[in-house]
Amino acid sequence: MTENLNTLPAILERNSIKFGEKPAFREKEFGIWQSWNWREVHEHVNNMSLGLINLGIKEGEHICIIGRNRPHLYWSIIAAQNVGAIPTPLYQDSVAQEMIFPISHCSAKMAIVENQEQVDKLLEIKKDITSLKNIIYLDPRGLRNYKNNNLYSLNDVFTLKNIENVSKLQTELKNRQSKQNLDTKSILLYTSGTTGRSKGVVLSNRNVIESGKAGIVFDNINSDFSLICYLPMAWVGDFAFSMGLGLQSGMCICCPESSETLHDDMREIGPSYFFGPPRFFESLLTSVNLKIDDASSVKRKLFDYFMSIAKENGEKILENKSVGLVNRIKYFFGELFIYGPLKNRMGLTKTKVGYTAGEAIGPEIFQFFRSLGINLKQLYGQTEACVFVTCQPDRQVHPETVGVPVSGVELKISKTGEVLYRSPGSFVEYFKDPANTKKTKDKEGWVSTGDAGFIDQETGHLKIIDRAKDVGKLKQGSLFAPKYVENKLKFYPNILEAVLFGSGKEYCVAMINIDLTAVGNWAEKNNISYASYQELAGHPEVYKMVAEHIREVNSSLSKDQNLSNCQIRRFLVLHKELDPDDGEITRTRKVRRNLVSDKYSDLIKALYDGSKEIYTETEVTYEDGRKGKISASVKIQELKETFEKAEVA
Amino acid sequence: MNQNSDKMMDIKNIVLRFGGVVAIQNISFDIFKGEIRAIIGPNGAGKSSMLNVINGFYHPQEGEVWFRGQKRKSMKPYQIAHQGIARTFQNIALFKGMTALDNIMTGRFTHMKKSIFSQMIWEGGASKEEYENREVVEKVIDFLEIQHIRKTPVGALPYGLQKRVELGRALAAEPELLLLDEPMAGMNVEEKEDMSRYILDVNNEFGTTVALIEHDMGVVMDISDRVVVMDYGKKIGDGTPDEVRNNQSVIDAYLGVSEH
Repeated sequence: MTENLNTLPAILERNSIKFGEKPAFREKEFGIWQSWNWREVHEHVNNMSLGLINLGIKEGEHICIIGRNRPHLYWSIIAAQNVGAIPTPLYQDSVAQEMIFPISHCSAKMAIVENQEQVDKLLEIKKDITSLKNIIYLDPRGLRNYKNNNLYSLNDVFTLKNIENVSKLQTELKNRQSKQNLDTKSILLYTSGTTGRSKGVVLSNRNVIESGKAGIVFDNINSDFSLICYLPMAWVGDFAFSMGLGLQSGMCICCPESSETLHDDMREIGPSYFFGPPRFFESLLTSVNLKIDDASSVKRKLFDYFMSIAKENGEKILENKSVGLVNRIKYFFGELFIYGPLKNRMGLTKTKVGYTAGEAIGPEIFQFFRSLGINLKQLYGQTEACVFVTCQPDRQVHPETVGVPVSGVELKISKTGEVLYRSPGSFVEYFKDPANTKKTKDKEGWVSTGDAGFIDQETGHLKIIDRAKDVGKLKQGSLFAPKYVENKLKFYPNILEAVLFGSGKEYCVAMINIDLTAVGNWAEKNNISYASYQELAGHPEVYKMVAEHIREVNSSLSKDQNLSNCQIRRFLVLHKELDPDDGEITRTRKVRRNLVSDKYSDLIKALYDGSKEIYTETEVTYEDGRKGKISASVKIQELKETFEKAEVA
Repeated sequence: MNQNSDKMMDIKNIVLRFGGVVAIQNISFDIFKGEIRAIIGPNGAGKSSMLNVINGFYHPQEGEVWFRGQKRKSMKPYQIAHQGIARTFQNIALFKGMTALDNIMTGRFTHMKKSIFSQMIWEGGASKEEYENREVVEKVIDFLEIQHIRKTPVGALPYGLQKRVELGRALAAEPELLLLDEPMAGMNVEEKEDMSRYILDVNNEFGTTVALIEHDMGVVMDISDRVVVMDYGKKIGDGTPDEVRNNQSVIDAYLGVSEH
């Protein structure tokens, strides 16, 4: 049996035998957790597969999957693989126009989508995506009166409605399954594309299965684990964790009721394996702090006292280091009164393994969670690697590094300082793009990450500095590392996003996005009234606050020998939030630097020419794809005096 | 369409007076089963009074209201609820201290048959009844996509969501005729679009007949099947949105007379 576990459908079949009645998928619906055991899931997937063959899907064709995390859509992925087709999940919040490229690029024949919203988008762009024949929807609501011959309900497909030749389909399915092996394609994932067009990354069964195995071995994951999936299905992380890791370990895969209920649902499930981008933990910490600010003074004092105990001892206890008896007793009471209830509120009580990745996480945020006894770690990964490159092992967590290679991964640093890796998880190719494949993956299988980094001598862990191509030089020749400075800024809860400019210039300038939740709350407390994001962003008090944060960052930069010239001399607070609908950031919320600098070239010019205020008009895209314009006078503030002082120091 | 059999409501020659003020002057129109029927008009045209006549809260001095082929007699509020008419209000009328879920549960009131004693001790079928009603309510919550505010006290919710909860309470009653009093008042464009979508979906999915009063002409023209236009208590137009849009007296009275 084991020798044939080459594909996710095969693994699902194994699970249905091995784990049978154990819950495989859970989804909260109608206020109750609905659950499906492995046997049922296997049966559903099998039926779906027959339904797909019946609809004429051939081997090697692509099926787009669009929707939020729902069990039926995960099953669609497995069913697609089962019939030899290649599932291609897309970002469900993409506007219709954005979907044209991936769908036509992979000539998808079919799309399995969540609801009317997605069906409408596809029908809108239908004339541009001629390959697309059938659309299958999960949620029939609002679709009753759609007169379209090629529109099917997923429920009809997997209950095998109107199908007579089941046995013939079954033979065909068997036949197709037998042709699959470790080297056949498993999935096509489109990268979010921080620079230019997104690329289609082809992952083979080997990539998915081997990298999943490595992840399982690294953290001793077993079938008693559970995980909650809430990140976009089109993102490699969700696929690797929910499918690669989830199916292979046999853990219970849970889907929240809606994106807004995630925190409540998480609290009910208590996932033992959890992944969140730094932003998730930041906002969690912000909401904890806001709640504590509003609490009674007794509670506040208790919280402050025990958090100081945790700060001192929590990480040591987590890492099994020696801690005095008195401190252990104090920590015990802290767990009883503060940490335990807090973890429960956040839904992290049962978390055995927690990961964050994608961006640098603020050391204080990272340590806050670890000091509560949550085993939060960092990993470093890529779509091209099917996520896993390096992970921090238990008890060897250094906030500034990203850990050691997982089993099977080899690392090296190129002469130019770029991180390269070779692993069984590294991708097959960029779909229909041999030139870029060649550029990224050499003949020996080494993949360039595009990140500058080095192996820390002391710990032997990998340390990432910045995107290699973003690192530049200021006019006077000193190093310019934008991401490093931006991260420092983003560690302040009030600052959601920051974009630094300065390559080839005399000094650095920054555009800041404020965090509406944090700053809004602050405004409420300080009796600052505002009607809109734009008004709040332009408020003099907000500028004062942001300036204060920048001063602190500048002063810490001034102590850094290499980066002291990266101090920010002038800045502005942007009148709108950077938005993936406008293409300014990717769907995974990474800034598209080139696009931002083009779009706001007038603002950048003003940042350098000494003006105090600039009038600008910006095009915005609404959720339904319509465009509009907003205009604003954006103030520019100078931080000259501190800058010079810092420079002297 | 066989209009007689499909008529859900027939309103004949209604006159409604408050003392010396004539709020409604001799108005007749009908509502077909399964349609979205809008009543529009400028402020003070008598729209809300008309809605109150439809749901039986006001008793007009003259005229008749026929509902499902029967002439309506004067009724008490609970009798009105029992005949399958539910409504929302112009100025949200929810229990502010109760959660969204509990508010919507009150919409199931007419479907709860067990005695107060049975409900107190959770015996004699009371729990079964509660589960059944909760199921209906959860479907409404799912339909209106308000899962995230299920347990939030309504008073703490923003206006747009309160409106949605109120619609939820009306839907929980599983009405045949749903009356909406300015469902989109005070909403921004996005909220209006969402609400329009819900109204269309209610009509589409459950076949519920909808009568709505609205101020926003654009929305009304987009979603309704037929429109009644009122001005100073009189009916000045009745027909499909296109007919109404081209009706000269409507243009003059409601959209304003152009100056040239």
